[in-house]
Amino acid sequence: MERKEWPLWEVFIRSRSGLDHKHCGSVHAPDARMALQAARDVYTRRQEGVSIWVVRADQIVASDPDAKPEMFDPAEDKIYRHPTFYKLPDEVDHM
Amino acid sequence: MYTQAIDLPQPKDTQSPAGSAENSDYQAEFDAKLARGEFIEAKDWMPEPYRKTLVRQISQHAHSEIVGMLPEGNWITRAPTLKRKAILLAKVQDEGGHGLYLYAAAETLGVSRDELIEALHAGKAKYSSIFNYPTLTWADIGVIGWLVDGAAIMNQIPLTRCSYGPYARAMVRICKEESFHQRQGFDLLLTMMCGSQAQREMVQDAVDRWWWPSLMMFGPHDSESRHTEQSTKWGIKRISNDELRQKFVDATAPQARVLGVTLPDPQLKWNEARGHYDFGEIHWDEFWNVVNGNGPCNRERLAARVAAWEEGAWVREAAVAYARKQESRLRDKAA
Repeated sequence: MERKEWPLWEVFIRSRSGLDHKHCGSVHAPDARMALQAARDVYTRRQEGVSIWVVRADQIVASDPDAKPEMFDPAEDKIYRHPTFYKLPDEVDHM
Repeated sequence: MYTQAIDLPQPKDTQSPAGSAENSDYQAEFDAKLARGEFIEAKDWMPEPYRKTLVRQISQHAHSEIVGMLPEGNWITRAPTLKRKAILLAKVQDEGGHGLYLYAAAETLGVSRDELIEALHAGKAKYSSIFNYPTLTWADIGVIGWLVDGAAIMNQIPLTRCSYGPYARAMVRICKEESFHQRQGFDLLLTMMCGSQAQREMVQDAVDRWWWPSLMMFGPHDSESRHTEQSTKWGIKRISNDELRQKFVDATAPQARVLGVTLPDPQLKWNEARGHYDFGEIHWDEFWNVVNGNGPCNRERLAARVAAWEEGAWVREAAVAYARKQESRLRDKAA
């Protein structure tokens, strides 16, 4: 039998207005419209969302997990990027 | 809904290969992550036996959800009221959704949905033994919610903390929905218990038939469970089969009193010293018989799955053909 697996789509849902879309899972579907329909049926059966994005999984470019140190460690020693780095006099410390 | 951690003998290829120096670095990092209680994510390095164990367990779990739609779906057209019919439809739809969350989690481990489904249809993959029992009366629908989903919840809550991120997240979503399943079951049974004598007898009969198979859902005794130790080390299994079974009995026995039914075990008795209920021995021959394909409904369930898949083939093909046509029209327009 010929394999006719539907492509994979990643699903992002905005749970209510004012919030970001957040990744919540994936569905298989032959096209974008059916992917949206399936995402609605699978991920919003209890009003979990007010807006859905679907993105073909093969269109997502991801960082390499093995490159975590090069990608993220350089930020580790830059503590001056955080407001708590600066010790100010008590009178103005709420700044 | 239902994981059973069915421990069948696995081929010997799940032993760790003699690791290269590079592999042992990765292994050390993997072990350190587990020790720190961190999650393993889809693209992180993982030992092959860990990956295989997860594929087996998550896909068994997914199959159980999908096959689990059959015994209940059987009653949708015969639900006694519109309200109960709407509830049952919602529940069966949830089971389908749970299967999809889990297939998606398994797919992050590098297996395809089609492969998993083919393995189920070819009889090579297992699903929870509980679904190989028939649903003979409407009371069975209530008892499945109360006992079967109740047992599933016990099993599933610790899995929300399992070390593999995609599986843990799928379980969080599932556990949120599972509580509805158990409560609607108990509610259904309470309603029947307030009905006629015949209805009360129907509930008791269903409890008599489902109690022991529900206890079997937790899998073999810890002493017989081949994978438990390794799965515990990997942070996949957090609580042992026997501990979970005991928790389930302790939670359920008082509920049976509220409902006014007797659990069919003469040895079931509160043990003050242990702080737990004692209960009788499970008929393990029956368990293994069902797991190995000879339960009352094994063939029927698989045949229904295969028929649904084959009869839906034209829909899947049509959807693909339509998508291709739309795409080519878009291309022509752009050209």
